[in-house]
Amino acid sequence: MKLTACLMGASALALATAAHATELEVTHWWTSGGEAAAVAELAKAFNASGDTWVDGAIAGGGSTARPIMISRITGGDPMGATQFNHGQQALELVEAGLMLDLTDVAEAEGWREKVFPPSLLDACTVDGRIYCAPVNIHSPEWLWLSNKAFEEAGVPVPTNWNEFVAAAPALEAAGKIPLALGNQAWQSNLAFGAITVAVAGLDVWKSVNVDKNMDVAAGPEMAAVFEAAANARLLAAKSNVQDWNQATNLVITGQAGGQIMGDWAQGEFQVAEMVAGEDYTCLPGLGLNTYLSTGGDAFYFPKNDDPEIEAAQKRLAALLVSPEVQVAFNLKKGSLPIRGDVDLAAANDCMKKGLEILAGGNLVPSGDMVWSPDVQNQAQDLLVEFMKSDMAPADAHAAWVEILSSGI
Amino acid sequence: MAAARRPNALLRNPAAKIAAIPMILAVLFVFVGGTIWTVVYSFTGSRLLPRTNWVGLDQYERLWGTSRWLVAIENLLIFGTLSLIFTIGIGFLLAVLMDQKIRFEDTFRTIMLYPFALSFVVTGLVWQWILNPQFGVQHIVRDLGWETFTFDPLNDPDIVLYGLLIAALWQGTGFVMCLMLAGLRGIDDEIWKAARVDGIPKWKTYLFIVVPMMRPVFITTLVIVASGIVRLYDLVVAQTSGGPGNASQVPAMYVYDYMFQAQNLGQGFAASTMMLLSVLIVLIPWAYLEFGGKKGRGRG
Repeated sequence: MKLTACLMGASALALATAAHATELEVTHWWTSGGEAAAVAELAKAFNASGDTWVDGAIAGGGSTARPIMISRITGGDPMGATQFNHGQQALELVEAGLMLDLTDVAEAEGWREKVFPPSLLDACTVDGRIYCAPVNIHSPEWLWLSNKAFEEAGVPVPTNWNEFVAAAPALEAAGKIPLALGNQAWQSNLAFGAITVAVAGLDVWKSVNVDKNMDVAAGPEMAAVFEAAANARLLAAKSNVQDWNQATNLVITGQAGGQIMGDWAQGEFQVAEMVAGEDYTCLPGLGLNTYLSTGGDAFYFPKNDDPEIEAAQKRLAALLVSPEVQVAFNLKKGSLPIRGDVDLAAANDCMKKGLEILAGGNLVPSGDMVWSPDVQNQAQDLLVEFMKSDMAPADAHAAWVEILSSGI
Repeated sequence: MAAARRPNALLRNPAAKIAAIPMILAVLFVFVGGTIWTVVYSFTGSRLLPRTNWVGLDQYERLWGTSRWLVAIENLLIFGTLSLIFTIGIGFLLAVLMDQKIRFEDTFRTIMLYPFALSFVVTGLVWQWILNPQFGVQHIVRDLGWETFTFDPLNDPDIVLYGLLIAALWQGTGFVMCLMLAGLRGIDDEIWKAARVDGIPKWKTYLFIVVPMMRPVFITTLVIVASGIVRLYDLVVAQTSGGPGNASQVPAMYVYDYMFQAQNLGQGFAASTMMLLSVLIVLIPWAYLEFGGKKGRGRG
């Protein structure tokens, strides 16, 4: 930390000669191979513009990195910029006045018109002011299928969740795990979320999560979702891995039929040199309701006393949303860009499917944006218990409604 | 207490007192102060940032109505009891075996103590792999010919705790063995000679003469092992991340998750206050027995 202060001081001295060459420390949790390559694109663009990107990668995923970031900001040692998932994660920091107001940058760059879907910018907006720069869209509602596994089981590759469930006995007979599901809590939560949108449809999802209508949450549509999830947990009963990429690996090697995982799983298939459509199949929205939720990453800029740093923060914010950076970054990351006016000709099959859905406007806001982390955490605790035990669907449903009600 | 017996105790040896001031201040502000602050804020509805919007006992009501917390407490009780019994039991047994004037004692002692040099995170990961059915124990035994052999504790909610226990024992017994061995070596040879003259069998000498004499060592071990159990966190995170489901959750994980991931400081503080309370419930009767009752036991 002291080193950073020294560097900042040194760069302030250097400013006497160079017009703008400010060092900004940027913290994020992108550490896997594909992610690091994507960050390098951002750093390259920022360095090319005359400033210096000081990389502050924090290993261990968002749940490890966020506490470190938050304690640095609240502890009076702010970094130049930091990644969060946009939504309510940084809401209290914004409310406490610890984040830089980017409204003037947004107006100058015309974010309001260009950022698509607009909900991304809404998630950055508190009381009419914009506090973050969205950089990508990640959607968790994907079903990844191993073509090899289905071939060996002698059944055609399913085109939606229902066919997948129907094909499960054949997979099991061939000695395969129908559904790969890691043991970590967030993976059960993600699978449940995807099943909700797929089985109940968007209207039910919206009235529960956006309008927060608890009668619908307790209703028969959600009961059906819990039944479907109870089915899924039977299919995943033999899956005994911890991490999501281990589960993806079961699909890659054909030991498992499929996995419900976000579009970041695509990076693993690419590293294994598999071709979308030939070696593996992706079904956005589980093939039933092709909706994608529009969560993702955004950069926040903690407030700083130094006007030089503030100016550099605003330059970086403008840069992150610019079309060139969006293309370079998202191609490496495997995520979708946050503006509709860029050309992603190099994108693969699955990314193109995602772009189509995006262009068609079949979007759901992400859970990060509609519920507080507290409610999400409680729901996750419940769902992982449900997915990994023989808890009755009705009991889980009742407990789930109670948790959501507490968050209104 | 010391001051009551010797009125001028406060002024004696001023240099030592002055030297101790920084430590005393650190204890007062960091430990005592931090503890009081945590307890006070556990009665608020603080979310990401500490705020003084009092909510009374709401946080505690929610805590004790949460199934994950109840599972965590139950796990801690089961794991704690078994871990205490087995680490001290096995540790003592190993120490006794070491004490038989065997050859290469130093080598064995080093091997036994080696796991203790590894952090819990490494221990957890190593045992996660060893217990993994695809390439761990189950795989090896099946390759040896027992095709139907099944041993997959980390993915079975009913026995996952024992998977953790194996790793914890592997890591901790060596250290307990060393403490016990030091205790055994502290027993005067004359006592052994006297016991032999009286014709008392060896196992009886250990059980009824040596063990009671080692009481201070046992108490030290008990405190060290017990405090390790209450703050059990990294082993679980590395080995199972609390899964499958919530089957291997522990209180410290609940505290961390709710303070930082769920951004609900109040709930995390309430849980950590309950952890403090559970430590005090164990510690106070013990401290009373140890330091309160008879004076001049030689220890303390």
